[in-house]
Order: sequence, then C-alpha cells, then structure tokens
Amino acid sequence: MVIAILNITWQTLADALALGGVYALMAVGIGLVFGVLRLVNFAYGQLIMAGAYALAFASQWDLPNWAGILFCFVVVLALTMAMDRLVFRPLRTQSPVVMLVATFAVAFLLQSIALLAFGSLGKTASSLAPLNQPWYIRGVAVRKIAIVAIVVAAGCLALLQLLLTRTSVGLQMRAASMDFHTARILGVRANRVIGGAVLISGLLAAVVSVMLTVQNPLVTPTFALNDTIVVLAGVVLGGLNRPISATLGGFTIGFATGILGGALPTNQSQYLPTILFLAVILVLLVRPNGLFARGGGAMERV
Amino acid sequence: MSAGMRRAPEVLAPALLVLGTALLGLAVSTALQSYFLNTLVDVSIVVALSVFVGNSGVVSFGQISFVALGVWTAGVLTVPVAEKPAIMPGLAHFLRSATVGNVPSLLLAALAGLVFALLVGLPLMRLSGLAAGIATFAVLEITNNVLRYDNAIGPGLNAFSSVPQTTGIWQAAIGALICIALAYAYQRSRHGRMLRATREDAAAASATGISVYRQRLVAFAISGGLAGFAGGLYVHLLPIEIDSLYLDLTFLTLAMLVVGGSGSLLGAVVGTLAVGGLDSFLSAAENGIDVLGWHIDLPTGTSLIVVGVLMAAVLILRPGGLTGGREFTLPRRRQPERAAPEPAG
Repeated sequence: MVIAILNITWQTLADALALGGVYALMAVGIGLVFGVLRLVNFAYGQLIMAGAYALAFASQWDLPNWAGILFCFVVVLALTMAMDRLVFRPLRTQSPVVMLVATFAVAFLLQSIALLAFGSLGKTASSLAPLNQPWYIRGVAVRKIAIVAIVVAAGCLALLQLLLTRTSVGLQMRAASMDFHTARILGVRANRVIGGAVLISGLLAAVVSVMLTVQNPLVTPTFALNDTIVVLAGVVLGGLNRPISATLGGFTIGFATGILGGALPTNQSQYLPTILFLAVILVLLVRPNGLFARGGGAMERV
Repeated sequence: MSAGMRRAPEVLAPALLVLGTALLGLAVSTALQSYFLNTLVDVSIVVALSVFVGNSGVVSFGQISFVALGVWTAGVLTVPVAEKPAIMPGLAHFLRSATVGNVPSLLLAALAGLVFALLVGLPLMRLSGLAAGIATFAVLEITNNVLRYDNAIGPGLNAFSSVPQTTGIWQAAIGALICIALAYAYQRSRHGRMLRATREDAAAASATGISVYRQRLVAFAISGGLAGFAGGLYVHLLPIEIDSLYLDLTFLTLAMLVVGGSGSLLGAVVGTLAVGGLDSFLSAAENGIDVLGWHIDLPTGTSLIVVGVLMAAVLILRPGGLTGGREFTLPRRRQPERAAPEPAG
C-alpha cells in the first residue's frame, strides 16, 4: 500500500481531481432535484448518455464544435423537461423509494431506446478528441481535458453557490429543500422552484456529458451508467439533506475512484468497485445521514 | 367454514397459477418451452424478493446478489470433476474434487444465500429508506465484482457450461411451489405479521415492542435463502454467466414485483407471469413469429422498452400494482354489511 501511494503521478492526481469535479457536478444535479422533490433520479446517467449521443451525431454530421455542444445542451434540456413533465410530476406525492424505483425503470427505458435506435456497438464522438491530448507543464504531462474539467467544475460550482446564496430563487430553493411544506406556506411557488432545480440539473448533465465524452469518445447505451451508480452512492455517502454535502460526497467518491484507479496495480484495481462500495457501506453504518450531514437529521418524526 | 379453509385460496391461487403455467409449458413445443421454464424460475426469484420487499416495504436492489451466490454454489458443485479445469482453471483446491447431486446442490445454494444474507443483513438492516436502498445496491456491486474476477471460487467471466440441466418443467414448477409455500408460511407466522406491522407504521410497531431491526433481518435472511435456491434452479436451467445476474435481472424482477403489486404473494406471482409472458412474447417476436396468420418481427430491444414503459406506467397510475397488494379471496356468500349499495337500475 505504501508503494501504491508513492505511485501517484501528476497525471493521476489531475485525473482524480477532474473526475472528482465531474462527479461533483453530477452530485449537484442529483442533489438539487432531491432537495425540492425528494426524488433520487436514477435516470440521470441516461440524460448524460443522450447528450453524448448528440455529440456523436454532431461529430458524424461534421458540425462545428460550438454547434455540437449547443445541440447536446438542447437535447439534454429537452429530455430533462420531458422527464419532469411525464415522470416526476405525476410521482410527486409518492414515497422516495417508489420514486427511486420509477426512475430506475425510466433509466432502463431510455437505455433500451438507445439500444434499439443506435445499436449496441456504439458511436464515436471524435470532434472533441484534441482536448484529450496532453499539455506539458514544466515537463509534466497532463491531459488538457483534466484541467478543463477541473476549471469548468469549479466555475459551475462557484456560479451555483452564488445562485443559491445571492438570489431570491436560490434562497427559495434552499428553503424548499429544508422543508417544502413550510416554504410553500411562506409564499414559495412550488412549480417555479422545482422547474428551476430541474433546469439546473439538466444544464449540469449537459456539461457533464461534454466532459465525459471527451474522455471516453465511444458512446454506447450504457454510457455513464456506472458513473451514475458511483455518484448515487457518493451522494448518499455525503448526505442528501443539503446540496453542499451531496456535492462533497460526489467529489470525494470521484477523487477516491481516480486515485485508487491510477495507483492500484491492475490485479487489484479490478476490485476497485468492491473497495469503493465497502467503504460506502461502512460510512453509511457509522453515519446513516451522510458523512457531511449536519445535525441529527432524518429520523422519522412522529 | 373454518378460518383455515377461508384462508386457503390465498396460497392456492398463486400455486394454481404456477401449476397452470407448468401444464401449459408441457403442451407447447420445445422451442417455446424455454420461455415457460425461464418464467417459472423467475417466479421463485420474485417470490424470494417479495418476502423481504413486500413484507417490509423496504426496497432492496441486492437480492440478485443472493441469486448469484446460489448460481455459483450450485454451479461449482455440479460441474463434473473432469470438466472443471476447462471452465474454471483457477478454482481453489478444495472445490476441484467436490461434487454433489442435483437436490443437495439446490439445498446448498439455498444455505449459501441464507448465510450470506444473514451476514449482510446484520449490519445493513439497521438502515432504512434511501440509505438502505443504496447500501443493498452496494452489496450487488460488490458481489458482482468479486464473482466476476475471483477465479478461485467460480468461472469468473466464463459461462457455467456443463452444469447438468436438471431444471425441466417439473423441477422449475416444484421449486416455485416450494418458494410460494415457504413465503406464505412466513407471511402468516408471527414474524411475518410483525414485519407487516412495521411496514404499515414503524413507529407504532416499535411502540408495541416489535424490533424493526430483528424482523427485517429475519425476512432478509429467508429472502436470501429462497433467492439462493432460485439461483440453484437457474444454473441447472441454462449455461448462465455473471453478466446476466446484474442490473438487467434486478430491473426485470423488481418490475415484475411492482407490476403485480409488492404487497402480496399473489402480486408477486401474477406480476411475474404477466411481465414474463409479455417479455417472452416480445422476445420471441424479436426473432419473428406468426400469430394467427400475422407475421410479427420486432426490432431487438423492444421487450425491455415495453417492460420499462409498463413498470413506469404502473408506478405512476396504479402504485399498488395489478393486484393492489391484496391476496386472492373467494367472494363471500353473504355481502358484508358495509358494502356499497348497488346503484339502482
């Protein structure tokens, strides 16, 4: 293990930070919607998958990069809105577990649609590939996308923090995620807050799909599925009660995945999911409300 | 009519559905029979799932890991010794010469599932709600990851070929009936009743002295045992591999339970037969079939789409499932007094 720790290169560290950043963005996307709807969106990865397919088609049609990214945003946002209208809204009154199972079904549905429409072999999104080349910083090679991802993630999180703390709609969102019922009584408009949260979560999904597609240009129906499972674990690990603790959870699990994946030798790194999910179980046993949760928390009040 | 007699249809209805399916399976061609076999094994898996999920109201994404363990146990122990090195080159020494017969392998699969579920449940059943859901998901991930790469305990990424294919219609049907009988016996026992009380109102149940933790643990272990048994049936049916014991099967079995209605045993069986029948029909149609003179040829992947839509639709429109979570009862001869009056002509 000592040797494994010494094995960490700058590339591994940058990749781990980048993965942490990307997972943090996914965690915010999932955490915001959970805050206002009490709904864990298992189908979040399929939004990202849809965006990745949009990029792949854009690259197949030789669209310029800005148009491809725009197309990706349009597709992801449209799908997000459709999901909100057709699935989230009818399920608003159900228990969190029923909603989780329902989004599980939606995830499979979207995945099979992708399988049916685009086949299992996958499509390649090559137009953004130059971002995968290394930059040399004082002789140390670091892939451009790692730095771009870190910068973009930090920028998005900073903007989001400003939105949540400095604007009226952000304040309403935070109030709604603390106690939706009381917030409504105090004049917070439910549809506006929920719509806002869903919209932001869709925007973040589009950003994530651009970054993941650069790193992994082969887009298949199961694109981002594993990432979503890991992020979901990370979000619960961090604590779903506040957006910030969910974000930290997402970053932590992404960073840990990156470091372990880079540092462990191959015959051990295949057990990476085992190590990761064992850690998740252990943390949940010690702190069921999450690692970064504040206060006593989620025991049912009678 | 004694209370026991009045209760009889509750367990007879799902049992007769299974028997009917088995008899229908005997009547059709060999090609079609495989769909019936699959669905009958699915009945066992879904009934196992419903013992925990249905009675406790806590969703578990981890039950397929107990099925997988049952597959591994029964599979490793029944591959003929001569063929083991070819399929499982890295197998641990003590497993290389160990072989058992069909029935012992099923019992050992059940035992493996039971013990594993008990060990996993001891810490995990303290959690509830979303934390429990994610933690059981973590169990699925871990089990899948270990079985996939640890060649000392099984074939890893290879399929379980050369396992004796003893699961015919009768073994599948009898297996499903055993699962139904045990699940019903548990449901009617005081443990089952206590757990159902915690499902309705955990706080009130605790106040009457029921340990939510202990009752959930009992159900989780029984569910794990039945799931392991179902896994044993499964590996004796077809050369199975680790990829078919992961998210797709988790999704399909949860869909079956939810569509049928997770609150009752009848729901588990009805849901499995309905979704299994639909899924089989569509899978057959993906290869092209003729129905009543019409030729149907659907593109590959249609069945998962239809099942996904069905599951989402049932959750949104009828959260109780097809059966509404009720068991089958015969209509009483005299109408209960509180029944709504018939609308006048």
